[in-house]
Amino acid sequence: MMHLTNPLLLAVILINFFTLGSARLGACIRGVALQGALLALLPLLIHGFSGHAILLALGAFCLKGVLIPWMLLRAIREVRIRREVEPLIGFVPTLIFGALTTSGAFLFADFLPLVHEHREGLFVPTALATMFAGFLLLITRRKAITQVLGYLMLENGIFIIGVLLSEALPLMVEAGVLLDLLVGVFVMGIVMHQINREFTSLSTQRLSALKE
Amino acid sequence: MIFGLILHLALLLIFAPLLTGIISKTKALFGGRVGAPLLQPYFDLVRLWRKGFVFSRTTTWVFLAGPVVGLVVPLLAALLIPFGALPAPLSFQGDLILFVYLFGLSRFFTASAALDTGSSFEGMGAVREVTFSCLAEPTVLFALLVLARLSDGLSLNSLLGPHLLGAWHSEAGASLGLILVCLFVVLLVENSRIPFDDPTTHLELTMVHEVMVLDHSGPALGMILYGAALKMMVLAALLVRLALPWQTDWWLTDAGLFLAGLVGVAILIGVVESTMARLRLPRVPQVLIGTSLLSIFALVLVLR
Repeated sequence: MMHLTNPLLLAVILINFFTLGSARLGACIRGVALQGALLALLPLLIHGFSGHAILLALGAFCLKGVLIPWMLLRAIREVRIRREVEPLIGFVPTLIFGALTTSGAFLFADFLPLVHEHREGLFVPTALATMFAGFLLLITRRKAITQVLGYLMLENGIFIIGVLLSEALPLMVEAGVLLDLLVGVFVMGIVMHQINREFTSLSTQRLSALKE
Repeated sequence: MIFGLILHLALLLIFAPLLTGIISKTKALFGGRVGAPLLQPYFDLVRLWRKGFVFSRTTTWVFLAGPVVGLVVPLLAALLIPFGALPAPLSFQGDLILFVYLFGLSRFFTASAALDTGSSFEGMGAVREVTFSCLAEPTVLFALLVLARLSDGLSLNSLLGPHLLGAWHSEAGASLGLILVCLFVVLLVENSRIPFDDPTTHLELTMVHEVMVLDHSGPALGMILYGAALKMMVLAALLVRLALPWQTDWWLTDAGLFLAGLVGVAILIGVVESTMARLRLPRVPQVLIGTSLLSIFALVLVLR
């Protein structure tokens, strides 16, 4: 099963690049959903079909691959925005930054004092690269929805590291993390709704003009 | 040696226009039409060759040099690259640099010939074409660097040697997959195919490559069309060897495998052309920078 994980992690990195370079919100949401669904396969590939792994995979798939993307797609349909206009940094510079951080993650992962079995393979660099890509998305975009996507991507990166540790980590912690994520997206959805109602636009830039 | 040379050139000269025919046939089938016969590009070439040269009085010798260099360069480049498992007739250390920049030479002359006419449309086309190809160049070089890292030589013959089959199954398989995608995008850019340029457009403003050859007619246009077909086959040869690294020890089966791969690439191009719309002009550099970054990433993967 191990030989399937490398193409899978590679696909995760490619989705990072795709999301950083794409202007269409719908495509970005589907990209992140696909990423979440692919990562949900990861516990099965690493730990085999044990009860713990199946529960983890099922929970992650339902939340990150189906429920949250569905909510986000509904949100953009309701507020009628289709694309991210003028991000703080352009798409090409973000892509270049993304490539730099990805390469940096690969270099940095070689210096980390890891257990021997984690040293081989793409797990740790992919996790770091996905987290950096999520950060970039959070920092550079103006629309609240893309920032939610950045947050999701950040969590995907953490999930990869979590899967490596899932032998030691009790199921409760994993479930807690997934629940946190769901609540976070809910809160952001409410915030988005409020921003949209106040300003008839989803740009977070307008928030800085708030007065007491 | 002599046999290899003759076989190489015969394959190239005979089968190159067929690829264009296959692409247009695929597009016709997708559109629900019967389409032109597969051999139509050959008929076109014969028809063009029978006509006479017409030159504008404002042009100089540069105008004729464009098509001639455009025809000769793919022939030279074809001698450097193995066709499937058939080794390249001409090979030396570092010939990959020559391979990449031979096409730069032909582009320089095509653009100069376009500028020589003094037409503003052709100047615009030249600008776009040069911009696109200078953005595509890093992708090719990084892809070749990945291959060079995996092999133990710096000639295209050793880069595309029999070790590729083993490399696909090793850790480097992921990188090879990435550069395969990147090289396919470069193939589409360099041959002005649809997501980047529409070869059948009829509006000068939206043309990129076509507008540069608007003033050529008769045998000169024939040379350009034939040169373009040869160029597509030479660049597709790189892709085919990478995707189908199998080796049989008989030249006939090797050539057959190679041609089958080429037909596959041509059909793939046809499918891409019929299912995708053309990209907006500002999106093209973004896509090309994206592929450069992907190939850099592939290099990082094999370097670690």
